[in-house]
Parts: sequence; structure tokens; C-alpha cells
Amino acid sequence: MNDSAVAEHTEHENRPELRHHFADVEQQRNAASLGMWWFLGTEIMFFGGMFCGYLIYRRVYFPEFAVASRSLSLWIGTFNTTVLICSSLTVVMAVRAAQLGKRMLQVKMLLLTLLFGLAFLGIKGYEWREKYVEHHIPTFADYNVIRGEGSLIKGDNAKFLGLDKLQGDPVKLREREAEIQQRTKIFYSLYFALTGMHALHMVVGVGIFTVITIMAWRGKFTPEYHTPLEIAGLYWHFVDIVWIYLFPLLYLIDRRPGA
Amino acid sequence: MGDHAEHSEHIVSAGLYWLIWAILIICTVLTAWIATVDLGKFNTVVALAIATFKASIVALIFMHVKYTSEKMTKAILISAVFWLLLLLVLSLTDYASRFAG
Repeated sequence: MNDSAVAEHTEHENRPELRHHFADVEQQRNAASLGMWWFLGTEIMFFGGMFCGYLIYRRVYFPEFAVASRSLSLWIGTFNTTVLICSSLTVVMAVRAAQLGKRMLQVKMLLLTLLFGLAFLGIKGYEWREKYVEHHIPTFADYNVIRGEGSLIKGDNAKFLGLDKLQGDPVKLREREAEIQQRTKIFYSLYFALTGMHALHMVVGVGIFTVITIMAWRGKFTPEYHTPLEIAGLYWHFVDIVWIYLFPLLYLIDRRPGA
Repeated sequence: MGDHAEHSEHIVSAGLYWLIWAILIICTVLTAWIATVDLGKFNTVVALAIATFKASIVALIFMHVKYTSEKMTKAILISAVFWLLLLLVLSLTDYASRFAG
């Protein structure tokens, strides 16, 4: 036996978490991390297609998209973004606690992560409910952005959508209103698809982190081995990054006063 | 961890994590505020620039891309972002020229 073979043999005996097909702990850790990065690569493709479709429609139907975007609450959107950023901080702090071998700190940080994640989903649910109340669910028969409490053609919006010039022509006015009705439906369809897919990823993340929290509570993670926590963290940060783009794209299309 | 020389994992200071968190919060408030200022066509550009800056520091610091010893991580990330840009830039320039004027 040469020296490296002896070293490998003893490492396998001393480290129960080291699987037999890996040479050492670092190789195992790199392989796990790499697997998560490959998965995140496919996730970029998955969300990329939806973002691309959104950007094309947003360009073609800009005034209708801008008006529909203004119906989303800027305050709630901003607040929910900060909630998600706080959850990313608690994830890195949990990984750091594992690196330093502090078990209770890990558990506390992971519980905070779950709390922030659930808070985000709760706030998102409240926003979706608002859209329901305003009759802005594109697949429902009572969808209406022209009349009623969810009207998007009042005040500055009427001019922005070119409705002020059509006041003397009832036929053209009706046609334009029907067009606005259809085009805002495309915005809301994309809004629900994008935020819905993001929320689904959050639900999966909360599930993963529930398991991770239990593992941390049981003391599974040490300074030498905490790979599951680390790669679950990569997933969580990726979902955070998706929202970092969704927030300006959906909420901030055109918030200029009087535009 | 001197007894495990092969273990080259980088431990980032808590202060840096807090700093990144503070920058992310400030950028979020900044992007929401600047959207209400009339910059003409640059509103979208500024919003996406801030988002890209935020995403970059999350990836580099929070996701440890800056510290990783595994070069393949960077290769995957760069090729995935390149693919995304290919999709977005080619599709959008196509549609932009179709609906011109």
C-alpha cells in the first residue's frame, strides 16, 4: 500500500458521512454542490422561458401592461422583497453556525428562515386575494378592468391608454375597451404564472428547510460535514434571485406619477 | 480545523453577511423609490441594473461563488447565464425589429 492509499483508508474509517465512492470529504462536498448548481442551471432555463415570454408581451402591449402593473401594491411588493432578503441572511448565518459548530444558533437561524419564508407566502396570498376581490383573475368569467372596483381606466390611466381621444366615438371606445380587457388579461396570466411558479418553489423550499431544521436539531451538521444544509441554501438563494428580478419586472413597469 | 488540511472551506465573517444584507435592503428601497421618478426610458434600465447588482452579490457572497474552489461551479453559472442572454437578446431584438414604427 502506498501512502495515499493508507491516508484514504483511514479517512474512510474516521468519517462515517464519507461515502465509499468518494476519495475524500472535499471531493464529496464539491460533487454535491456541483449537482445543485447543475440543477439551478436547468432552473434558469425554466424561468428564462417564462421571463422571455413576459418581456416580449410587455414590449408589444406596453401601455396595458403598465396600467395593470400599477394595480399591484408597491408597498406590499417592496416589503415582501425585504422579507425574502432577510430569509437569505438567516440561511447564510445558519450555514456559518454549522461551520463554527454552533448547533442551537443553526436551529434558531433555520427557524427564522422558515418564519420569513412562510411570511412571504402569506403576504403573497393576501396579494392574490386582492386580485380576486378586484375581479383581476384572468380565467374567471367576472374578469373586468373597465368597470367596477377593479377599473384600470380611471384618472391618468384613461389618457395613458388613449381613451380620452375616443370619447366622441362610442364604437371605437368600446373596441378599445375590449382590447384593454384582453391585453391586461395577458399581463395577469403571466403575473399569476410567474409569481405562482415562484411561490411553488418557495413551498418546496419550506419543505426542504423543515427537514434541514430537524437534521440540525439532531446535531447532524458539524464543521466537517454540513453539505445538505449548504446545498439547500443554494436553492433558497436562487429562489430569492428569481424574486429579485420578478419584483421590478412585475411591480415597477411604469410608476411615474401622471405618466 | 487544522487537523483537516484538505478542508479548504471558506468561513465568511458575520459582518460581511450583514453588510450584504444592508446593501440588498437599501437597493430594494432605492429601486422602489427611483421607479416613481421620471427617467423616461431609463426607468427600466435602472431597475434591471439594480436587480442584476443585487443578484450578483447574492450569488458571489451568499452562494459562495467568490470563494468556491470548484472551478466547474463558475463554468456552469457562466454558461447558464450566457444561455439565458442568448435566449433573451435574440428573441427581443427579433420582436423589437418586427414591431418597429
